[in-house]
Amino acid sequence: MSFRERLQSWRYNLVPDHLVGEILTKRWTDNAIPFLALVVTLATFGSIIPGFFKLNALQESTRQLGEFSMVVTGMTVVMLGGGIDLSVGSIFALSCFSAVYVFFILEQSIWLALAASLATGLVFGAINGYLVGYLRLRAFLTTLVTFIFGRALFDILVTTYAADVQLSQATSDVLDFIGDSTFWGLSVSVWLAIILAIVTHIALTRSRPGWHVLAVGGSRRSAHNAGIRVRRTVFMTYVFSGFCASIGGFLIACRLSGAGPGTGLNLEIMALTAAVVGGVSLGGGRGSVIKGLMGAIIVLTMTNGLIRLGYGTGTNQMVLGIMLAVAVTIDIRWLKNRHKVLNEVYVAPVYLKMGETQSAVPGSGTPYELDNRLSEADHIGLGELEGPEDVILDRDDNLYCGTRHGEIVRFFAPDYVRSEVFAHIGGFPLGLAFDKTGNLISCVGAMGLYSVSPQREVKRLSAETSRSWTSIVDDARLRDPNDCDIAPDGRIYFTDSTKRYDAHDWALDSIENRATGRLLVYDPKDGSTKTLLDGYRYTNGVCMAHDGKSLFFAESWACRVHRYWLEGPKAGTAECVIRDMPGYPDNINRASDGNYWMAWLGMRTPSFDLSLRHPDMRKRMTRRLPQDEWLFPNINTGGVVKFNEKGGIVEAMGDLSGGAHPMVTSMREHKGFLFVGGILNNRIGRYRISGADPNWTSPASYWGATP
Amino acid sequence: MNAIGWLNLKSLNQEGIVFAIAVVLFVAAAIGLPGFIDPNNLVAIVRSVSVLGILALGMAVVIIGRGIDLSAVAIMAMSVAWYLQLLNTGTSDGLAFAYVLAGVLAIGLLNGFLVAYADVPAIFVTLATGSFVFGYVRSQLITQDAVPVPQGHWVELLGGLRFLDIPIEVFVFAGLAFLFFLFLRYTKWGRYIYFAGDNPVAARNIGIPVRPMLVLRYVLSAFVALIAGLLTAASLHSINTRVVNSTLLYDIVLVAVIGGIGLSGGRGGVRNVLVGAALIGILLNAMTIIDIPLLYQNLIKAAILLGAIIVDGIINPRDEQTAQQGDI
Repeated sequence: MSFRERLQSWRYNLVPDHLVGEILTKRWTDNAIPFLALVVTLATFGSIIPGFFKLNALQESTRQLGEFSMVVTGMTVVMLGGGIDLSVGSIFALSCFSAVYVFFILEQSIWLALAASLATGLVFGAINGYLVGYLRLRAFLTTLVTFIFGRALFDILVTTYAADVQLSQATSDVLDFIGDSTFWGLSVSVWLAIILAIVTHIALTRSRPGWHVLAVGGSRRSAHNAGIRVRRTVFMTYVFSGFCASIGGFLIACRLSGAGPGTGLNLEIMALTAAVVGGVSLGGGRGSVIKGLMGAIIVLTMTNGLIRLGYGTGTNQMVLGIMLAVAVTIDIRWLKNRHKVLNEVYVAPVYLKMGETQSAVPGSGTPYELDNRLSEADHIGLGELEGPEDVILDRDDNLYCGTRHGEIVRFFAPDYVRSEVFAHIGGFPLGLAFDKTGNLISCVGAMGLYSVSPQREVKRLSAETSRSWTSIVDDARLRDPNDCDIAPDGRIYFTDSTKRYDAHDWALDSIENRATGRLLVYDPKDGSTKTLLDGYRYTNGVCMAHDGKSLFFAESWACRVHRYWLEGPKAGTAECVIRDMPGYPDNINRASDGNYWMAWLGMRTPSFDLSLRHPDMRKRMTRRLPQDEWLFPNINTGGVVKFNEKGGIVEAMGDLSGGAHPMVTSMREHKGFLFVGGILNNRIGRYRISGADPNWTSPASYWGATP
Repeated sequence: MNAIGWLNLKSLNQEGIVFAIAVVLFVAAAIGLPGFIDPNNLVAIVRSVSVLGILALGMAVVIIGRGIDLSAVAIMAMSVAWYLQLLNTGTSDGLAFAYVLAGVLAIGLLNGFLVAYADVPAIFVTLATGSFVFGYVRSQLITQDAVPVPQGHWVELLGGLRFLDIPIEVFVFAGLAFLFFLFLRYTKWGRYIYFAGDNPVAARNIGIPVRPMLVLRYVLSAFVALIAGLLTAASLHSINTRVVNSTLLYDIVLVAVIGGIGLSGGRGGVRNVLVGAALIGILLNAMTIIDIPLLYQNLIKAAILLGAIIVDGIINPRDEQTAQQGDI
């Protein structure tokens, strides 16, 4: 290995590039940036302001935080619904005034004041909601105008009644309690804010109206087409926002026992900044109450911190402006480019030097030498089938295969002309096997391990295994269950080819060449699934050895076949029995003469082998070239190979014309014939094997001559 | 076009209605309010709306291109405040003016860049930059809310300038209005603004440089704001930065929208600004003569703006099929 290659292998095999892409697939990365901002903000101000975390100071800031976060919660809901509410500051101020007016001037009870406050907020919110929701005006400008309107009204009211409020003698224990006391260490406003946040969160994530809000925000037109009452939903979000702001207003009325010209000033831009900084998306549909709260804490800490540090007038606006601009820009760019970034970084190829191989060229004299025998095969279901990845025959000689459409099709013996859909599963049924009682077990690509009874009842056996501790993408889920076989004790051994790609992205997996294939076992006794082996390059076919004490499984992208011991001194370990084949192995099945059939889905090429030693080149390729110009394994030529118990190659056959069976993904021997399937083929081939036992069948080989 | 039936659309459009209302108001005020028809008062009306009108010209260009500039007032007040502060602390006039020009240009470019190239909605960009400009200049560059014009400076002289007994800003307003009219109507770039405002995607597809033109509009708006700020300082002999937190910004939007420039872009022109400015000028003047307190004036203006937006929403309904997600 040259020095350059050694460097390449270190760079690409030791640096875990793939983790970047895996982390980006996580929804929580949306929360990571605001959370980081929160931590940084708290740490910065906590360290430069002495006594920032002292209980007294915290008490006062959290009281303010309680009121503010309620307003932000309302704003968050409006934004999730695709709108915006700039009038929250005015609603806040007017509600505050309503409470003050009822309590101090009319000298009514505090509860009546609360009712007045709420009524103010609901009415104001309803006006906004009517204008934006039902009249379909632009949310931003409309609420901007109602904001000016409300502010002008508030200014008039405050200047008119300020003196009266000062002179009022009204007092109330309840008011003092709400305004000044604490309850289990937290002020009433914080408790209320927490309760409101929890209720809103549950409503948004787990109730029909909440889903409607998210649906309308996510796509207004689709929501309309789905029958959601878009206008009413939008209307309700503004009413809710008014409600939230009015509670905040009531609380500040209790805390300050009055209303002043500064009440609720700049609250709208603060709330908007908080929601956006927290990661609630403009335009709706994405975000959560928790994000809004994070934003609220960041903004309030920042503005309060700057005031306490003694920065002058205007600093707040400056910082809010910067935060808003940066957060909005990040939000827009992130939304727009996230999937692009993901596409860019997800494929992270590794270095692999494939071993020297023997030639498969006709006339080369090697055991792998292909001939043209498969082109003589008869065809079954030509033009009716799409993608028979695996084929299998039952005791009555009927032929089964999976199709691209998620069905298992049965062809009736003896001529295999008549066919029917045996069962519809969905996904892409791949590997097939019959168990002792005649149930058809299938590995369904993108879904899991399924069983179809002779009465055609489809039952899911397994769709997940236990998750490994170091996984980032959820590797409990089976992404590409590929082939299965059944041990004499009834346990089903099957492969899951890759953890990083879905079944249809197998080409990307081959280009990346990362070893994430697994061998798993499903135990029908307790329904559990266990991972036996991990870290193979696309585990594929599985076949129980004739004696049932070990199994063979294929590792496609490494062109190897391994043997996994179930019993004996090596039980639980795997050893490589065939290495460096010239073709990519797929399914493996038993042959009548005590050997094994193995399908080759494609052939190695010097160019792709070379590219495996240049992960940088493959990385560039996936980023810069359209998919149909990628270099990936040659699947235009395949074949069928017979090997013996020790891994020695007995014979190989192919279709050199490419007309009938260019690629082969499976083959099944039955009564002297070999039935050949291909995942990209439109037929099943039937080839008469010369010298084969004309009575041998696979079910008999596994489960005995009679059921 | 003939759906209206008994009236043709021309006589029903917003500009016509507003103009008619302005005339009716004018006549009513002339009959009902003593001193309204006085030539000095009429000059005062035009003078009072000329700064507003200049700002509305810049806003109009942005709105026609389907944007909005909420940072106009902040740029207007803060750029001039900084300029005067520099002069008061002894910076030479040329250098100070160069600084301010560069600053205004930078903010205009920043607005344009974020809207055009980062695809951030204009309202958020300009809301943020407006807040930033005010906060930065107020906290870092100037020391008090109001900055006076230095004695004998040309800005002060500008304020005293009269031509035919009419203050200079009226002529500046008229001149700028004429320039904008020529720009929008007869230049290639001016026509581009309408195309881009009417249908940005189509404009882009036919090869119009949509993004650079967007930047141009915000830079233009920023410079217009600077001119308005200089005129304000000239007539008041100082600039009060508190104007940023007043309702002036909404008055500008009001002038543009009430004149009939649709917020969905692609419609309107200088004439709409003039009509809108006339109505607002008469209204404000009449309210002042009737002696309505300023707070109530704000309430009335807000109510009118709300009405204008509702009417705008009805006349230029938003097309649900082509409305972009996130177009708020």
